[in-house]
Amino acid sequence: MTAPFYVSPEQLMKDRADFARKGIARGRSVVVVQYADGILLVAENPSQALHKISEIYDRIGFAAVGRYNEFENLRIAGVRLADMRGYAYDRRDVTGRGLANAYAQTLGTIFSSGGEKPYEVEIFVAEVGDDAAHDQVYRLTYDGSVADVRGHGVMGGQSEQVDAHLTEHYTEGLGLQEALRLAAAALGQDSTPAREISAADLEVAVLDRTRSQPRKFKRLADAAVADALAG
Amino acid sequence: MLPDGYRSVGGSSFADLLASQAPEMMPGASGAATGELAGVAHGTTIVAATFADGVVMAGDRRATMGNVIAQRDIQKVFSTDEYSCVGIAGTAGIAIEMTRLFQVELEHYEKIEGATLSTDGKANRLATLIRGNLGMAMQGLAVVPLFAAYDLDQQCGRIFAFDVTGNKNEERTFHSVGSGSTFARGSLKKLYAEGMDERSAVTAVIQALYDAADDDTATGGPDLTRRIFPLVSVITADGYRAWDEAETAAVADAVIGGRMTRPDGPSAPLT
Repeated sequence: MTAPFYVSPEQLMKDRADFARKGIARGRSVVVVQYADGILLVAENPSQALHKISEIYDRIGFAAVGRYNEFENLRIAGVRLADMRGYAYDRRDVTGRGLANAYAQTLGTIFSSGGEKPYEVEIFVAEVGDDAAHDQVYRLTYDGSVADVRGHGVMGGQSEQVDAHLTEHYTEGLGLQEALRLAAAALGQDSTPAREISAADLEVAVLDRTRSQPRKFKRLADAAVADALAG
Repeated sequence: MLPDGYRSVGGSSFADLLASQAPEMMPGASGAATGELAGVAHGTTIVAATFADGVVMAGDRRATMGNVIAQRDIQKVFSTDEYSCVGIAGTAGIAIEMTRLFQVELEHYEKIEGATLSTDGKANRLATLIRGNLGMAMQGLAVVPLFAAYDLDQQCGRIFAFDVTGNKNEERTFHSVGSGSTFARGSLKKLYAEGMDERSAVTAVIQALYDAADDDTATGGPDLTRRIFPLVSVITADGYRAWDEAETAAVADAVIGGRMTRPDGPSAPLT
């Protein structure tokens, strides 16, 4: 008879974290950049149908890296939560903070429960405010921890190189086109020499506070992205 | 924490989600009311007409409770997404709740599926919601919406009328629902012309609402002292647009000016 194999809790958590981190680093990065009129989300994603960036609610956007089926599951749950809350109370009562909390609790529970494998995802929850000071971006990791993002953020892929480029070149109050050029250049830093990513391979969306409609989320078409990159 | 069930694989309907997660919040879920209900607000007349570039919908502003005017400036036409709107007649409380649910339903589908529903799909969803209220309708709390949309595939305005059982019928020209609808429809029959421009179509529906108010006690006419005029919504290929008050007031004033000399409104040729 073999003795039951003892694994310390520290080792168990470390193994689970390594497993999740490896999965997340396999894909391409997603970048979030605050610009003058709102929040810009950019992902390298050749697919037109499978989105990494989506709308959750009026002022709230969602971006994710990692396993598609897992973050799609979280995205749909987020849309359900937001729509349910907005219907039960009022549209103004749906907040990015509430959604980030729900995601954090869920991811944390899955990470530490023995039954399920940890989710191999990282998520941005972005909420555009009436002015730049009230914009909020949360970054959620596979273990349910939440971090506030100010100015710019990266997750997934070779995030260190991309983040270094952003930190070096980011300034506050960028215009949309400048912000988009910066994000696209940063995404190309994951190899040496840096790659140039074509507009067709970029998935771009903004939360634009200047839109007159209550729904501030808008995808940018390839043509508009190409214009911005060329300009 | 995301509630149980939210992460389960499911459909893209918000109404279904609501029915399974919070059934008490479904419109009319409070169950069977028995006996006569007093003090329930009723919306009255809605008219819609297609024109060259799309469709126009307008509603009077009155809500009634029996013989009492419950509200003089109620809104009865609501945009439900960028290319559709709903006008409500019947029990105001349930109708407005149902419209709210329908708005979320369309937006929810769009966000989950990444595509908008077809115009017929939207009309069928609304029919299902109305059918769900049949029990309440049997108690006298009926909801009869009128649905108008610009169909991007067919490139034309479309109007759908429903009865309380969710039976849907499409009208290609014009339609009206509510207590004053008989008179409004009669009026539009004479005033409507195919291929009208936007302003003519708006004038025609305001004339129709005037005729409805003229003969139906529950329909509110233009309120000249308070400057309350019908709410007008237009949907074209450019999307939904609500006319602002000044624009509508100008058309309404012209209609009223004409009625000063001909109280019964413009006459149609005999042959």
